[in-house]
This record gives sequence, C-alpha cells and structure tokens, in this order.
Amino acid sequence: MSVKQEKLIVNGKRPDGRKLDEMREIEAKAGVIERADGSGFFRLGNTIAVAAVYGPKELHPKHLLDPVRAYVKCRYNMAPFSTTERIRPGPSRRSTEISKVIKSALSSVLFLEEYPETGIEIFIEVLQADASTRCVGLNAASIALADAGVPMKDLVASCAAGKVEGQIVLDVAGEEDCEGEVDLPIAYVPRKNEIYLLQMDGIVKKEELKKALDMAIKGCKVIYDKQKQALKCEYKEVKAK
Amino acid sequence: MTEKEDKKKTVKEELDTKKVEKEVKVELKERNEDKGSQMLVEEKAVVVPGELLARGIDFLPGNGTFKEDGEVRSKIMGLVKKKEHLVSVVPLSGTYMPIPGDGVIGVVDGVQISSWLLDINAPYPGFLSLAESTEEFVDLSRSDITDYYDIGDVVYARINKVTKRKDIQITMKDRMCRKLHGGNIIKITPAKVPRLIGRSGSMIEMIKKKTGCHIIVGQNGLVWIKGEREVLAAEAVLKVERESHTEGLTDRIGEMLDQFAKEVVK
Repeated sequence: MSVKQEKLIVNGKRPDGRKLDEMREIEAKAGVIERADGSGFFRLGNTIAVAAVYGPKELHPKHLLDPVRAYVKCRYNMAPFSTTERIRPGPSRRSTEISKVIKSALSSVLFLEEYPETGIEIFIEVLQADASTRCVGLNAASIALADAGVPMKDLVASCAAGKVEGQIVLDVAGEEDCEGEVDLPIAYVPRKNEIYLLQMDGIVKKEELKKALDMAIKGCKVIYDKQKQALKCEYKEVKAK
Repeated sequence: MTEKEDKKKTVKEELDTKKVEKEVKVELKERNEDKGSQMLVEEKAVVVPGELLARGIDFLPGNGTFKEDGEVRSKIMGLVKKKEHLVSVVPLSGTYMPIPGDGVIGVVDGVQISSWLLDINAPYPGFLSLAESTEEFVDLSRSDITDYYDIGDVVYARINKVTKRKDIQITMKDRMCRKLHGGNIIKITPAKVPRLIGRSGSMIEMIKKKTGCHIIVGQNGLVWIKGEREVLAAEAVLKVERESHTEGLTDRIGEMLDQFAKEVVK
C-alpha cells in the first residue's frame, strides 16, 4: 500500500479551513466552579480547559512558606479521557514541566508580596486536548485568578504559532500539530509588551521565528480581549436579571 | 589650528545645548497638553485587573489599584470608586484581609498556655491572648483556660492590631464581643458583607425583624444565625449574596419573607 502524500496547506487554507493567521473559535467564561474561590473556563477549538483558584490561604506543607511573599502552587493535569488514547492518570514528566512554566508565567503578574506566608493554589484540568493545551490552561487560570480577586498587574494571554510545510501559521491544531515542523507557545502581557512564557520545539530560521512571534502576539491580543469580556460578562448578567 | 578647533567645538556645543533646551520645552509642552490628568472610566463601572482607570498626577491610587508610569490601574476585578483625588476599586470577590477595628466571627481552633488561636476565615490565624479576653485575674497554675473558651467555641471578637508581618491580634474587650452559644454559621463572600448589612443596617435589620432570629454578621464573611426560623434567615442571607448586584434587592427580600409568613399562617 502506498502512503498518502497529501499536502496540509492548499491554496493558503489549512486542513480545518482556516487561513494561515486565523485562530480557532474562542469561548471564555468565569465563575464556572461554585465551590472554588475563583474559576475559569477556556475553549480554543477542540481544546478545553477548566481552572480553579483557592486562596490566598494557609499553606501546607509549611516548609514551602516564604516569609515575604505568597507561594504559588500550580497543578496542570490532563484528564485520562482528554485525548484519543487514554492517558495514565497522575503526574507525569510532561505535566510537571508544564505546571512549572505556567506557575512562573502567572507568578510574574501577581502581587505576591501582599500576602506573606500564604499559598495560592491553581488547578488546571484539561478536559479535551487538541494541541496548545498549556496555552488554553494558562488562559483559563488567568481568568480564574482574576475571578478569585487575587491582586494582579494584568491578565496573561497565551497562544501558539507554528511552522507547517515551511509556512508560519497561527494556533497550530489537529494534524498540523503532529505533522508540523515547529510549535511555539507564548504567554504575553499586551500592556507591558512582555513575554512570560516561550517554549519551542523544532528548527526555525531567525526571520521565521520573528514572524511566528509577531503572529502569536497578535493572537494573544485577541485572546486578552476575550478574557476581559468573559470577566465583565459574569457581572453584567447578574445585573440584567 | 587648535584655536579654530576650539571655536568650532564651542559653537557646536552651544548649538547642542540649544537643541536640547528646545526638545525639553517641546516635551514639557506635550506633557502639559495631552498628559493632563483625567479619569478614563466611569464610576461604578466593572473593571478587570490591569485596566487603565486614570492618568496623571492629579489622581492617587487607593485600595485595589496601583500606579505605574503615572497611570492608575486596577489591581483586582471590581467596581470603580472615586473620592476626590483617590481612585479605588471595590472588590467583587476575594479572601478576607483583617483590618483593625473589624468585628469578626471566629471559631477557636487552638488553645495554648495563655492564649487561643481563632479561625477567622482569613489566610492567617487570629491570636487572642488571655489578657485581651478577660478582665479578671486568672491563676494559670490552678485553672485551665479552656474554662473560658474551648476548641470549637464560636466568638464574636474585634481585630485589635494587624502587624506588617500579618500577625493578627484579637480582643474581646468590646461592647459587642462575646461567646456565641448555639446557632448556626454560614459563610458568604467577604466582599458582599456590606450589601448584606445594607445602608445603615437596613437589610440585616429587616431580615432579623421578619424572621425573628438573632443574626450577627462578621466582617470576615461568617454569619451567625440563631432562632426558630434559622433556615429561612439563612436562605435570605444567601439570596442577598447571590443577587448582591441587582437593584431593589431589599424590597425583594422583604417580599420573599412576607410570603413565607403568609404561608405559615394559612
């Protein structure tokens, strides 16, 4: 049997019909988990994540306490049913790494000094995975933190760019994720024009990297607006009742 | 040659300084013109963290805001409040942070040699010393301080002092402060306590009157209710929490309670 050799990008259109610089459908909500101090929901196409925030509160184990600032605990987890093949539940090398990078990205926007000797807990649960789960998780966590009333300098928006068949594309998804050459997720704060997370796998040229970054930043700005809307909507709806 | 060069230099320097002066003037002019202090959002608008509230030196950052590069920005999600030059944001959610003078409801969860630790629904434990809890002399070698407060006891107390390191000292030496016997405690979001109390206590007084319950509201979001119609009172309190942003809430709560009273009579 001969292997099918179909091109992913035909006439500037991608497998799911998007343009090169077009993102998937975005859905954002705040306050989805009643018992949490704050919670957020974020959907980007088929990738869905829910985040819950508890605290600032007493921190355990006590040896993690920092006498001058709050300690951020972050747990990123993919549900066993989130992908086509079942994932073994529990922490893995991958999820530990992603938890760590998300934690550092969020820590840099929080006013942690206001709550010395406490802990802030962030739980991110990926319910459905179709590429850029860390970005979607981060977006959900950012909404959850704001919903919980934790003081922060700004919301963090996150989005990925990539290279597929030699072309730079925004928001890699589905087949592109497996077949593509490069995946470049970033977390970005529009106001300060700062990048708080940048990871990459694959090989790119300098110009391509610049182009991909610009594209990802544009995507982040769109996501940032959606996050803001989601937070404001939560209270508008109540007002309208 | 050297003289000529020197002359050239001085002339150049003069030109340079003039240029700099001009630039500074232009900059100052620009600053005065378009960086004049102004408020950029309406009062009572819902804002999210990082949102620009006001610009310029005429505005000072109050609670829930911070100033960066001459701009006042929101730190939390909430409603904008402006008082003269002070711009602040009233939170819509968040944990309770103790402030001296607050009346809180605490649950004793630790007894030490001459003090108690209270759970006051904050990130930090409340510290109640023996001296702050009673006027009488207590001989520690003869008596057990659990005679006063034991683990699980509920008290209404006042925050006396909050140190920079967030050590919270609590006092019982106040008119209202006492041990609360019986009753039930429910938890609401601390940010919604002012709404539950209402303007000069209108909301809570109405609930008290119409249900006949004893109700004490702690600033920390704990509400103690005791009486025959505890369940009804709790329902009313939770309704206030859920619908704290709507208008005409006091009337609706009143209607709800009246309706219930009618049903009971029938």
